[in-house]
Amino acid sequence: MASHIHPTDRPTKPGHLEKATLEGKNKVMGFWLFLGAETVLFACLFGTYLALRNSTMGGPTTQELYDLKLVGLATFFLLTSSLTSVLAMNAMNRLNVRAMQFWLGVTVLLGLAFLILEIYEFVHYVHEGHTFTSSAFGSSFYALVGTHGAHVTFGICWIIGLMIQTARRGLTYEMAPKLFLSSLYWHFIDVVWVFIFTLVYLLGKVG
Amino acid sequence: MGTLLILLVLTLFLAAILTGGYNKEFLLRARQTKVWDWLTTVDHKKIGIMYFLSGFFFLLIGGLEAIFMRLQLAVPNNDLFTGDIFNQLLTMHGTTMIFLAAMPMIFGLINVIMPLQIGARDVAFPFLNSLGFWLFFWGGILLNLSWFFGGAPNAGWTSYTSLALNSYSPGLGVDYYVLGLQITGIGSLMSGINFIATIINMRTPGMTFLRMPMFTWTSFVTSALLVFAMPPLTVALLLLMFDRVFGAAIFDHAMGGSSVIWQHLFWIFGHPEVYIVILPAFGIMSEIISTFSKKRLFGYTSMVFATVLIGFLGFMVWVHHMFTVGLGPMSNSIFAVATMAIAVPTGIKVFNWLFTMWGGEIHFKTPMLWAVGFVPTFVIGGMTGVMLSVPPADYQYQDSYFVVAHFHYVLVGGTAFALFAGAYYWWPKMFGKMLSEKLGKWHFWLFFIGFHMTFFPQHFLGLFGMPRRVFTYQANHGLELLNLISSIGVIGMTLGTIFFMVAVVQAARSKELAPADPWDGRTLEWSIPSPVPEYNFAQLPLVRGADAFWLEKQAGNKEMTPAEPLGSIHMPSGSYIPMLMSLGLFVAGYGFVVKSWIIGAIGIAFTFIMMYIRSFEQDFGYHIEPEEINGSAKAKEVKA
Repeated sequence: MASHIHPTDRPTKPGHLEKATLEGKNKVMGFWLFLGAETVLFACLFGTYLALRNSTMGGPTTQELYDLKLVGLATFFLLTSSLTSVLAMNAMNRLNVRAMQFWLGVTVLLGLAFLILEIYEFVHYVHEGHTFTSSAFGSSFYALVGTHGAHVTFGICWIIGLMIQTARRGLTYEMAPKLFLSSLYWHFIDVVWVFIFTLVYLLGKVG
Repeated sequence: MGTLLILLVLTLFLAAILTGGYNKEFLLRARQTKVWDWLTTVDHKKIGIMYFLSGFFFLLIGGLEAIFMRLQLAVPNNDLFTGDIFNQLLTMHGTTMIFLAAMPMIFGLINVIMPLQIGARDVAFPFLNSLGFWLFFWGGILLNLSWFFGGAPNAGWTSYTSLALNSYSPGLGVDYYVLGLQITGIGSLMSGINFIATIINMRTPGMTFLRMPMFTWTSFVTSALLVFAMPPLTVALLLLMFDRVFGAAIFDHAMGGSSVIWQHLFWIFGHPEVYIVILPAFGIMSEIISTFSKKRLFGYTSMVFATVLIGFLGFMVWVHHMFTVGLGPMSNSIFAVATMAIAVPTGIKVFNWLFTMWGGEIHFKTPMLWAVGFVPTFVIGGMTGVMLSVPPADYQYQDSYFVVAHFHYVLVGGTAFALFAGAYYWWPKMFGKMLSEKLGKWHFWLFFIGFHMTFFPQHFLGLFGMPRRVFTYQANHGLELLNLISSIGVIGMTLGTIFFMVAVVQAARSKELAPADPWDGRTLEWSIPSPVPEYNFAQLPLVRGADAFWLEKQAGNKEMTPAEPLGSIHMPSGSYIPMLMSLGLFVAGYGFVVKSWIIGAIGIAFTFIMMYIRSFEQDFGYHIEPEEINGSAKAKEVKA
């Protein structure tokens, strides 16, 4: 059943390295399940936000608050980072470690750019009087968008950790599934952001 | 004071780890002890045993709380445990029984048995398995520390807002509830993911999905429920924590929030939760009824179908807990019909059990007694469930003792009976010793009679108008006699449980080892020695049909045909990281409860450091060579 590949072996043929070992297959399967659970988690936060987004209690409303230019730029950074993450996985499966490290680096930088914009946005909102404790709208907004931001932060730390490991150990059968999972996670964060952009920002402007 | 104590212990712990203990030799000796072995184990059987035993420990605590409540309610106008203390008892009883007793004991049985039933050497993620256990353990400890530091939660196990908000529940109780459950909940989610990946990826050759034993099937569906039902609880608890600890306003009407959101989130989790604890019970009963009737399970495929259907419908019915909230006739009707629909697959199951026994060669061993006692008990609970699913009638029953009677009939008559049945059935496989049949029968009859005596009268108490969660009642309203009978019944359940503990101690002291296949079993776990060697199967078995081991026995074979040549077996190494990772969250949880951000930050940082250490460590386990397997059954591990 188990393949006779040792985890520290370096693959010599390109292909789907993440599923070459049983451990890898298990990890990919388990991680998809985890993403299923994460989907439900975000669905609950979305539901809460949509129910409470008009309870501004005299504070600024969604129309007054959101600035689509800033959010649009953040969206651009995050969605592009999804592309660079694909390029990194593509490089991995072609066994091109240097290209993979480069694209992972770009992914991290784009993620950081997104995060900086988001922090700037939050600081701006707080000055406008839209805080975590100011109203139910504020609480549910920061709960949803903040949870997403926390996920981005975790993803950045995770990918940096894996880049260090790859630099030390090279691309092994142990590393391939780890890298693949971080990329799955990164895509998931992007997909969630697409929904946040639509249901929070666009709907907040026009809905 | 408590804060200081915790900080002190943590510092000592850290110092001990970072300096390598008091001296190197001490650490070396510690590593060779049994305690260290159990604390760091990633073996699914040992983790299962730890789950089961700590779950049983919490069951005793929850039982004690129940005894106190029935003492208070035995006579009218009693003043033994009144007011807030009673609220704490009823909250902790419910919370403990569901999250710290039923679920862990079920996880225990799934952990030990499911991998054996599918012919696997371990679960898909041994490390995650250990982490799940320790999260449950520390979460449970945190929840129960509330009794000593700041008062236990007192807003009911459902912890409805606005009652659970700071303005109505001041003090630390509900904070303990929120953070304790959050920590155990993460562990449950991990277990769910782990079990699904195990069942999909780790089955032995020939073990197709429709040849899997019923217990494995129900574990599979339960795990799927865990994966999709735990996140709503996570969110609900997170938001409640925001409201209580960080001043948010999600549930606060004065700030534009909505308390109904809590109810939705809680029950979107809470209803699948009752199937999480009942489906494995169905699986255990299916195994036992089939084994002790010496017949293949009647309607196996319909049983699988019914299980999956119950799991699916379980997500469509949460509003039946909220009929009286006032969501309108349309949503009430839809959820009522969906609720009634669940009676169909459940009915299929009941008939299948009866038809399995029909014409079978029934052996009334202790596990079978529990199974036979379970069927009518559970049917009564199911029937009152259908009664409650009718919204107009529910307006009459809601928040009365009728509801209490209903869910104790399904949760005790279903889950608890099944856990005891499973304990007697699989004890030889788990511990290598048989539990006494004589004590087992005493246990069953005392518990069975005591249970019905306690809860049957509660149906009528409810219909006579006695509300639940109230600490006393007036005399001369026709409630005295039934309450007294109900309280007397508790003696039976208590004595029964004591007999069980006596049987456990007796078995542990006895030198007589259990045979590999004491019940003439049908599934793969009985084809290997008791207790199970650490590698489970020396050679993975080849499965040729449903009830794989029974088929081989019928064909005149003594053991399974191997599916692979004898070879070196890869084993994962133990790790102390899961325990410390969970300990970090425990400390952080305590910090948030007492609103000390420093302790909270230390705990979270500690957990993240542990995660990084885990990610950077390279440990590929070790191998057990064929000579050791052939040499003696007690082949001990060698480090790689």
